[in-house]
Amino acid sequence: MSTTPVKFYQVGSFAVGNRLLPAAAGSVQSDMERTNALTSGHRACQGCGEALGARYAMDAAMRAANDKVIAVNATGCLEVFSTPYPESSWRIAWLHSLFGNAPAVATGVAAALRAKGRTEVRVIGQGGDGATVDIGFGPLSGMFERNDDVLYICYDNEAYMNTGVQRSGATPAAARTATTQAVGPEPGNVFGQGKNVPRIAMAHEIPYVATATVADLRDLEAKVARAMEFRGARYLHVLVPCPLGWGSQSCDTVKIARLATQSGLFPVFEAERGEVVSSTPIRQRVMVEEYLKLQGRYSHLFSPKRRDDVIDRLQAAADRNIKRYNLMPEEAGDL
Amino acid sequence: MEKPFAITLQVESSLANHTGSWRVERPQYVNLMPPCNNACPAGENVQKWLYTAEDGSYEEAWRALIVENPFPAIMGRVCYHPCQTVCSRGQLDEAVGINSVERFLGDLAIEKGWSIPVTAPSTGFKVLIIGAGPTGLSAAYHLRRMGHAVTIRDAADVAGGMMRFGIPKYRLPRNILNAEIARIEDMGVRFQLNHKVDNVQDAIDDGFDAVFLAVGAQIGKRAYIPAGEAARILDAVNVLHDVADGEAPLLGRKVVVYGGGNTAIDVARTAKRLGADEAMIVYRRTREKAPANDTEIQEAIEEGVLMKWLSTVKHADAGVLKIERMELDDKGFPQPTGEFEDLEADSLVLALGQEVDLSLVNNLPDVEVRDGVVHVDPNMMTGRAGIFAGGDMVPAERTVTTGVGHGKKAARNIDAWLRKEKFEKEPIPRVVEYSDLNPWYYTDAPHAVRPRLEGVRRASNFDEVVQGLDESTALYEARRCMSCGNCFECDNCFGVCPDNAVIKLGPGKGFEFNLDYCKGCGICVSECPSGSIIMIPEKS
Ligand SMILES: Cc1cc2nc3c(=O)[nH]c(=O)nc-3n(C[C@H](O)[C@H](O)[C@H](O)COP(=O)(O)OP(=O)(O)OC[C@H]3O[C@@H](n4cnc5c(N)ncnc54)[C@H](O)[C@@H]3O)c2cc1C
Ligand SMILES: Cc1ncc(C[n+]2csc(CCOP(=O)(O)OP(=O)(O)O)c2C)c(N)n1
Ligand code: SF4
Ligand code: SF4
Ligand code: SF4
Ligand SMILES: [Mg+2]
Repeated sequence: MSTTPVKFYQVGSFAVGNRLLPAAAGSVQSDMERTNALTSGHRACQGCGEALGARYAMDAAMRAANDKVIAVNATGCLEVFSTPYPESSWRIAWLHSLFGNAPAVATGVAAALRAKGRTEVRVIGQGGDGATVDIGFGPLSGMFERNDDVLYICYDNEAYMNTGVQRSGATPAAARTATTQAVGPEPGNVFGQGKNVPRIAMAHEIPYVATATVADLRDLEAKVARAMEFRGARYLHVLVPCPLGWGSQSCDTVKIARLATQSGLFPVFEAERGEVVSSTPIRQRVMVEEYLKLQGRYSHLFSPKRRDDVIDRLQAAADRNIKRYNLMPEEAGDL
Repeated sequence: MEKPFAITLQVESSLANHTGSWRVERPQYVNLMPPCNNACPAGENVQKWLYTAEDGSYEEAWRALIVENPFPAIMGRVCYHPCQTVCSRGQLDEAVGINSVERFLGDLAIEKGWSIPVTAPSTGFKVLIIGAGPTGLSAAYHLRRMGHAVTIRDAADVAGGMMRFGIPKYRLPRNILNAEIARIEDMGVRFQLNHKVDNVQDAIDDGFDAVFLAVGAQIGKRAYIPAGEAARILDAVNVLHDVADGEAPLLGRKVVVYGGGNTAIDVARTAKRLGADEAMIVYRRTREKAPANDTEIQEAIEEGVLMKWLSTVKHADAGVLKIERMELDDKGFPQPTGEFEDLEADSLVLALGQEVDLSLVNNLPDVEVRDGVVHVDPNMMTGRAGIFAGGDMVPAERTVTTGVGHGKKAARNIDAWLRKEKFEKEPIPRVVEYSDLNPWYYTDAPHAVRPRLEGVRRASNFDEVVQGLDESTALYEARRCMSCGNCFECDNCFGVCPDNAVIKLGPGKGFEFNLDYCKGCGICVSECPSGSIIMIPEKS
């Protein structure tokens, strides 16, 4: 007789909640009493992945830190859409300074708290990819290097969205932005440039580095909670699709993030003190094309002429990630 | 407002900004028709009772089920479960074992002795039902729940119809059948057994306000087969009836059954159990074309029943049959080939289908008979006002479940007719398609297969072949349901909204949209696993 233990639940832990699970085992987002750190009335575009990711991360941080959190925000969409004077969407202690100095300001807040003996209050620095990988990178590296007690979260939408979709050091190869037009023999952003900040963070051998997306809420929440167990510098890199900049449908935000992970283009993993300690296996593998074709920023790869050469290069990058982060452990032997 | 030092912006002051005005489309929660419910001939709300069973509320689930069908324990054994054929989960891994969960609930109800109280006040109307097969019993049950006084007359000395005299007990144990019929009797339905009705008009004159005919199709079809005097030719329905009565018809060592339907399979399997060395089915077409349920063909083969496809019986003699080989033509029809062979057989059992005994409506000229069955209108009423009919005696698929569905439908229409009203069926919502679902969210979980008695061992006795699920496997199976088109409170919409515009009302209460802030992005629609949210255009 084939039997399976009764512990099986209809949607496992993939959905936000599960009425068959005890409340304590539910996600932060399924909780009617969640903080709603970033509440309604903000001016983010329809279907904004960054607004979603910020609420996910901050609500999880609030639960992990018993509601004692101060967030320092870099300039960028997240700051602009949440706090157009005189309104604010934040329901947490929140501080804005400049585009390039959020890590430094967060370091300062942490130092002040330490001086006041208020180390139960946890500090989070946050910003977009431009703020993180480009203009704020010096302060960020310094914050890592000094092992300041800050969790820094980068909401990566892969370009400078707030100022009109300019390329950043996190813009992927072949993507069209306002400054990497789809023209010439190699249209879109060039191959072989840009920065992989999670790996750069790991090179600083800080206590904790992780990646996540808005497609896997449980994983994102677990990583925020894990990060809060450490003291010192921690880095979380969250992929947040941007319907405007990526030329995707607003309803596809979560789906596109999911395809980014299931294609292998965006590896989801965590590292401690410079070593990868776990990665999230791909559950339903897709070819990169499935991910690319939902996005206007890659439309030049499909028309007027299909660019298999470019698609193949992107596929090769995904395949490399799959190997490098062991994203398909069952097939590892065959690779 | 006065703000503390260094505080420039009031907390959550953005709530003043009603971003809902950006919207051109709005999300809306819906309840769609799950494919299973749509396919159930008895109209069961499968999704609803599975959902209820998922948290272990078995009695509540059973009560939700029996709103439509009084026989879950019987269904769980004999229904051909068309619900599972269309189950959406079949496209993900394997269909939900709806039928086995139904059986689990039915058996549990019997074990626990759950009864069905009649709470409706008495209407004062009296309804006569002729025939205590599944169709008549179902009508009686539903009419009784509505508060009518119900009498069932049946020619046999015990109720059940073909569920008792056709379906063998290795598929439907009699204690189960008896228990589910007894529950209907306990509701106050009057049974008049050994009461053959020859003339419906006389019965009406007994003072009934409406009559429901459900006499089934009892007469085995005869085919002309040239036969020697000593040939032993029997009729399948009679053989099964005798066995059900506890008699052992003389079939001999080698039995040939002629026909390709479920009755043929049941007779062949019964012959094996009665001790025949060899039971062989002869059918003029192929296995694929045989009307019998394939699982049952498979079970018969496992028990050692032999199959001779593409063959007809040309002549029967004592101990030997002449068989002609057939061939399918381009249209798939069997054509004779002129090739013959002899087959040893002590008896030939004909299982060529059943016909309706229409004598009881002979003197009701308004009741129209077409092609040997009684014609009814969409409300199950015959040409004679107040006389309704259903089940095997009207044109429809001949299954227990269809009969149960007819009984329910007839009951609703009889009720309306008695009250001089018209029964209005609620409009059926759109049927869920697989593309409405977001299967990503469902964990991979293949079907918990019901254990079966091992082939050779089971062929020698009348023990039940298919065993039930235990509690843990039944629960597991129920939880595989994807809740097509109906919210199951997974909280996805509440979680994925970037604008925090979904209000969670609490367990069991569902969700609401906060249209002051919903921008109409549609993420909630895309990420709802069960397809329970749709986008509709905003009125401009
Ligand atoms: C061998 C066999 C196996 C089957 N297996 C299955 C199965 O596994 N699953 C399935 O869904 N279906 C199965 N069927 C079909 C199913 O049994 C019938 O479709 C179903 O029983 C029809 O129900 P009914 O109430 O319309 O008629 P019946 O079940 O035939 O009941 C009619 C009743 O009316 C009574 N009656 C007849 N004439 C009179 C009269 N003049 N006065 C008073 N009473 C009268 C009879 O005694 C009988 O009790 C099987 C049928 C057979 C023969
Ligand atoms: C020193 C400085 N240079 C330029 C700007 C203009 N500016 C504001 S936000 C922004 C881009 C933000 O990009 P990113 O950090 O990726 O965040 P996003 O808007 O994409 O979320 C720029 C260039 C500025 N505010 N300050
Ligand atoms: S998954 Fe559930 S609701 Fe959907 S068809 Fe199957 S049993 Fe019915
Ligand atoms: S996710 Fe939120 S904003 Fe988007 S359509 Fe649904 S309720 Fe509206
Ligand atoms: S997302 Fe989940 S909770 Fe929301 S409507 Fe769909 S099934 Fe219900
Ligand atoms: Mg950006």
